[in-house]
Amino acid sequence: MGPRLRGDDSECVENIVVISGTRPLRRWHWVHKWSSIVCTAFMLMLCITGLPLIFHHEIDDLLHEEVKAAAVPAGTPAANLDQAVATVLAKFPGQVPHFLIWDRDEPDALMVSIGPSINASPVDNRIARVDVHTGAFLDSPDITGRFTYFMLKLHTDMFAGLPGKLFLGLMGILFCVAVVSGVVVYAPSMRKLRFGAYRKDRPRIVRRLDVHNLAGILLVMWALVVGFTGVINTWADLVLKAWQYGQLAEMTAQYRGREIPAKPTPVQDAVDVARKTIPHMQVAFVAFPGSIFSSKSHYTVFMRGDTPVTSRLLKPALIDAETGKLTDSRDMPWYVSALFLSQPLHFGDYGGMPLKIIWAILDILTVVILWTGLYLWLKRRKPATGAARAGTPAGARPIEGQVVTS
Amino acid sequence: MTNARARRQTLAQIFRWPLAIGVLSTVGLISALVGDGLWDAVSWLALLLPILLYGWFLLRPRR
Repeated sequence: MGPRLRGDDSECVENIVVISGTRPLRRWHWVHKWSSIVCTAFMLMLCITGLPLIFHHEIDDLLHEEVKAAAVPAGTPAANLDQAVATVLAKFPGQVPHFLIWDRDEPDALMVSIGPSINASPVDNRIARVDVHTGAFLDSPDITGRFTYFMLKLHTDMFAGLPGKLFLGLMGILFCVAVVSGVVVYAPSMRKLRFGAYRKDRPRIVRRLDVHNLAGILLVMWALVVGFTGVINTWADLVLKAWQYGQLAEMTAQYRGREIPAKPTPVQDAVDVARKTIPHMQVAFVAFPGSIFSSKSHYTVFMRGDTPVTSRLLKPALIDAETGKLTDSRDMPWYVSALFLSQPLHFGDYGGMPLKIIWAILDILTVVILWTGLYLWLKRRKPATGAARAGTPAGARPIEGQVVTS
Repeated sequence: MTNARARRQTLAQIFRWPLAIGVLSTVGLISALVGDGLWDAVSWLALLLPILLYGWFLLRPRR
């Protein structure tokens, strides 16, 4: 058993739950308690799986061999894209290209996403890496056996697909509710305490409360932003569907009902046209005709800017795959931009290694908040084991026994 | 000053520091999105602050 509560500890117990609180305050306590209880187990899982994901590049580099692209002098021109695709398809006969992806963090490699047919779900696509400059095939690792993949699946949908994602999004909303209500109940708890008070000579429950309050109030903004951007990310599939059936359908309306051209124009030409149309941006992503991010008659070339913000925002250019001409190019709607911008704010990958380390420490502090919160709840549920002072004079401050039942 | 326990505080007093830290955190979260170099450094410092404060309040010597 921990130390017994001292004579004036009834006062600090009062700080734990304000018995004398007004009705709205009690409601906030109720909200904080229940939103936390429901989401805590999942939030603990998300914090623990999220921690290695902050460093997924570094972990993958460490655990898995990767064929590196050839070192070339700056300014070396890129290889022809159609040749690069042909090289990949020669390695994987019968497959068709869905997407070309240029990773922001790995400018020397081009990723070719291929599937068994153009209608196959791209979720099961294989990624082949190609040297951007030489066009040589690098490798095509199966990432599904990797530690980071396992963590990512747990973190994003718990291997339960879209329902799993949306469920975790709901937990994220509850987490945000817990943070906001936590700020409200912080006030009565700190009425008689200085900011940052840590009463290290008091019983464990008081110390845990102080740690919970301190870490909680210090991390409010970060936790809210990372929590809510996480929620937005769970809607990614829905947002992209909305874009497909909204803006993309609108831009390709006059092509509806057409079939994929038998001999589409070279993808290199499509990329060149897009570059010429939007010269101040770089190519980030190409969707082949018939894939989910394009129409049957178009290449969609997604361009990105070069600042931390604009490199996250994509601008599609639609290139007719029969004539090779640009048919339309618009900025993506706000809800897609919101999704793209919420990604760095959730991942913490936009300020170099120092920011990743800070992200990791803040993640661990969130575990501390969740853990101490859980501890406080469990301790208060049990009848006060010897903590409540016997023989409290009538009319004295509330003691823990009463706190328990509140 | 030497006691953690203060007189009954107003809401303004309770939330003075949390508000300042919240504003700085927001600056830190946005700063690295805006640019690189100095912008990143601002972000690191602003987001390091809550971590340092946490350590300081828990580990500071008793007075």
